[in-house]
Amino acid sequence: MYQLTDVSKLYRKGRAEVNALRRVTLTVEDGEFLTIQGPTGSGKTTLLLLMGALDRPTSGSLILDGQETSKLGEGRLGQLRARTLGFVFQNYNLMPTLSAAENVQAALVPLGIGGDEARRRSMEALEGVGLGDRAAHFPAELSGGEQQRVAIARALVKQPRVLLADEPTGNLDEGTRSEIMSLLQTVRANRELTLVIATHDSKVARQAPRTAMVNRGQLTLKKNPLKGQTAEALETS
Amino acid sequence: MYFTYLWRELRRRRRQASLVAIGLAVGVGLVVTVAAASSGVNAAQGQVLHSLYGVGTDLTVTKAPTFGSGGPFTFGGPPTGARPTSISGQHVSSSPGLAVIPTADVDKIARLKGVSDAAGGLALNDFTFTGQFQPGSGFAPGSPPSGSATGSKTSFRANAFTIQGVAISAPGLGPLSGASVSSGSYFSGSDTNSDVALVDSAYARQEGLKVGSEVTISSTPYKVIGIVTPASGSSGSDVYVPLARAQALAGDKDDVNAIYVEAADNSAIGSVKSEIDKTIPSLTVTTAADLASQVSSSLGTASSLASSLGKWLAAIVLVVAFALAAMLTLSSVSGRVREFGTLKALGWRSRRIVAQIVGEGLVQGVIGAAVGVGLGFLGAFLVERVGGTVKVPVGATTAAHFPAAGAGSGAFGGGRPGFLHDLGAAAHTVTVHLTTPISWDVVGLAILLALAGGLLAGAIGGWRVARLRPADALRRVE
Repeated sequence: MYQLTDVSKLYRKGRAEVNALRRVTLTVEDGEFLTIQGPTGSGKTTLLLLMGALDRPTSGSLILDGQETSKLGEGRLGQLRARTLGFVFQNYNLMPTLSAAENVQAALVPLGIGGDEARRRSMEALEGVGLGDRAAHFPAELSGGEQQRVAIARALVKQPRVLLADEPTGNLDEGTRSEIMSLLQTVRANRELTLVIATHDSKVARQAPRTAMVNRGQLTLKKNPLKGQTAEALETS
Repeated sequence: MYFTYLWRELRRRRRQASLVAIGLAVGVGLVVTVAAASSGVNAAQGQVLHSLYGVGTDLTVTKAPTFGSGGPFTFGGPPTGARPTSISGQHVSSSPGLAVIPTADVDKIARLKGVSDAAGGLALNDFTFTGQFQPGSGFAPGSPPSGSATGSKTSFRANAFTIQGVAISAPGLGPLSGASVSSGSYFSGSDTNSDVALVDSAYARQEGLKVGSEVTISSTPYKVIGIVTPASGSSGSDVYVPLARAQALAGDKDDVNAIYVEAADNSAIGSVKSEIDKTIPSLTVTTAADLASQVSSSLGTASSLASSLGKWLAAIVLVVAFALAAMLTLSSVSGRVREFGTLKALGWRSRRIVAQIVGEGLVQGVIGAAVGVGLGFLGAFLVERVGGTVKVPVGATTAAHFPAAGAGSGAFGGGRPGFLHDLGAAAHTVTVHLTTPISWDVVGLAILLALAGGLLAGAIGGWRVARLRPADALRRVE
């Protein structure tokens, strides 16, 4: 799904330059579950934004689903985001003036799907995350966990091939965090999605077979032990 | 989704949206009110002007009198004597301040390029004087006083009215055009040389005249065939007679003292004036616009206020409203940067998001337009109520100095000079009710201005969004 080769991202803020990513090389297979871990300011969000076609590398090559994103115009990138990519944010980023169902339908607008079809699909998506009975509620009337479920439903309603989540459990308590992670993994398994989660939480990071460790813009890969597998066994595997 | 999102966003920011709409509404309301007031004042001026020169007259041509012109004013009266003596006289003269113009000039002007029609008119004054004079005892002109002397006693009565000679062949020109005949009938073609008259309704009431009555002009009875009210609703002249009869009264059948001209269209008025000036330089040409500056200062001031100050005020308020709308929209967009970044992350194209913001601006413009038109109607109503009725003095106001009645009249001491009557030709008062007509063109323009303001605000906000990079937007901490 993804092939990143020597990808760098440089931000200019006034006279200061920030190397958010330095020559990152990474391959993500179709259907893979990958976590990206690093402290705040390490570059993990930058990496996720590049993978989400929301930004372009300063240098290097990023191939998404066989397309070099740095060579695509804004229109094509928009189509990629509309059809292929689903995004979940730390702060949920729901539209406060739209109900849960309407927030989910917003993801279908770029696909030209509206009316009854959009309503049907959004209800299905909400039921899939266990919020079928909260469709008419507005974000202010939902808990943090419920809002994140709506955000997940919104990301999934368009049947994407990749789901990118930036600190999806960052604002949630422990119990809710587990629920959300469980939901994401279930969804990934059911739909054969490529799931990439950026997190600073090592417990979350360890749930993926591989973790891309990002520190000061540089990336190293780490294999995580499978359930029941010891670290030594992982070393020798 | 489009209208749902649009309406919900406006409701969420209702205070901001209301400010924008109110700003546009005030601007629009001012435009409508100022335009209505300006139209009303112009209409009032038009009424005043039409009272002088009649509906349909675009230019008037007159001639200033030269010094010393005008005939002597004499009274017929008995020679001096010891017994009381009766004195009476009637004098018809050209209106003071207007010299005669040959009727040939009327035809000359009618043939000029840009002239649709021209007609002559003759304004006269009729002055009637009756009285008794009893000279004092011991007094005889030319004799030295003897014995005791007692003072002389006099009692006089004077009456004056104005006469207008009307060109019957051109009813659409002159002071009677647009007049309504409340009883009787207008002149017919066969009345050209008849001793018939139309009487102004106010004068008729004052003198107890009606259709069939007689008005004596220069010892000749004129039959009243109609009672008229000029278009302005107030008096132009007291009595109207056919032009030929007026010329006969003045003893001058080849002259008029005013020419009323109708231009082919409004745009030709200036060129017609130039043509007349060039063709007959001795004449004075006055357009409605020229006269407007001489008419009552109250209307002139009101007109200036409405047309210049009012328009500037409306323009300034509109600019401020537009700027306010743009600033508030920009502020709103800045507060929704993360939201727009999320929409872009969902795959929304920039133009779709821009369309959302422009739509929000447009709705605010529509609300502003609706409220503004209402405010405009209210403002126009208030201006009309406050403006009320205006009495405008117009007409020939120059004092007419009649020569001393000394010639041959012993009753006045053998031609004692200095006995002057200042007969200012009575200033007519035109009563005008100030209206504030609202034209649908102005309402349409005002609505367009409000919509333009809303669109402009939306476009500025949309431009801001279009330049937004999704990654930067999503990083924004709100």
